[in-house]
Amino acid sequence: MGDGWPAESAIPVPPAPTEVPSHSSAAAFLAGLLASFRSVFALVLIGTYVGIGALAHDYGFSLPWLMASTVLIWAGPAQVIVISALGTGAALFEVALAVFLSAVRFLPMVVSLLPLLRGPRTRFSDLLVPAHFTAASMWVESFRLLPPLPRERRIPFCNGLAIGFMLSGHIGSVVGFYLAASLPALLTASLLFLTPMSFLVSTARNSTTLANRLALALGLVISPLLVYFQVGLDLIWTGVIAGSAAYAVRRLRGAT
Amino acid sequence: MSPELAPYLVLVVVGFLPNEVWRLLGLVVGRGLHEDSEVIIWVRAVAVAVLAAVIAKLTLVPPGALAAVPLLVRLAAIGCGYLAYLLLRRSVFAGLVAGEAALILGGLLFPS
Repeated sequence: MGDGWPAESAIPVPPAPTEVPSHSSAAAFLAGLLASFRSVFALVLIGTYVGIGALAHDYGFSLPWLMASTVLIWAGPAQVIVISALGTGAALFEVALAVFLSAVRFLPMVVSLLPLLRGPRTRFSDLLVPAHFTAASMWVESFRLLPPLPRERRIPFCNGLAIGFMLSGHIGSVVGFYLAASLPALLTASLLFLTPMSFLVSTARNSTTLANRLALALGLVISPLLVYFQVGLDLIWTGVIAGSAAYAVRRLRGAT
Repeated sequence: MSPELAPYLVLVVVGFLPNEVWRLLGLVVGRGLHEDSEVIIWVRAVAVAVLAAVIAKLTLVPPGALAAVPLLVRLAAIGCGYLAYLLLRRSVFAGLVAGEAALILGGLLFPS
């Protein structure tokens, strides 16, 4: 799927160097949108949201509400928490706290994505939309697809990419919502399994540096230990401990 | 407040705001940091580690219907997916297909 396509194929060659900027940013947006459908994440998102759509239906939420939650939250794991917790009658404060703790990954994701997006003339307000769109799918694919692009095209490309991913999510939501009653339990389980499986292989592929590879391996080991010993704030602690240890090894080795 | 709007208000308060605050914090913290700065290299390692933790938690203590699939099947499936990814030219698609196939097969062979 997405792997076989060279990143360059998504970028239309500009017809002339004198092209007007607004036209070129529209072209970059469109290129991002098209790139999203060639990415393996289009399938992952359709499948994941079929699962979330079925879940929302079973807990009695409406389809427009589910689609609004995709636009506003744009994080599969958090949406699963909101739907299943609200659906089982959890206290609102508990739901908000669970979402807050699960979303901590967006802080380091946005911080590390910003330098890739920013150009010499980028305003702070230009970054608000891509920051909201930041999720594992868009983050992983941005590190793969953005570096060959000229800086002034990266933000519109990224916005197009994320909107394309969101459309795939909506398509899956509609399908899942209406198929909910006829989905076998094992199929629903396999759709929920798409998130950890795709996060693992796509993060592994993107982890080309020693620090990132070690961070992935250490995180996979440390997180279960913290969960087992019931250490609170396990996501934050895993990030800080495994990420810092991986970074320290990189410093000691003097490698890149 | 009309009854139709109440679920949307709940969505904004318990879903959108506690999630979005981290993205906005990222925008503020990340101002002025450069691509090859040491801080960014550390932050990216932290992001990868948090993602690893999300992967581990979704596999070990999964939500909904996935919890009904035995733990050993889930672990074997994620291992199969990763192995297929490594063996088949680091293809994300191959890893996904192998992992999903292993999970469904294991779920059929070892129903809970």
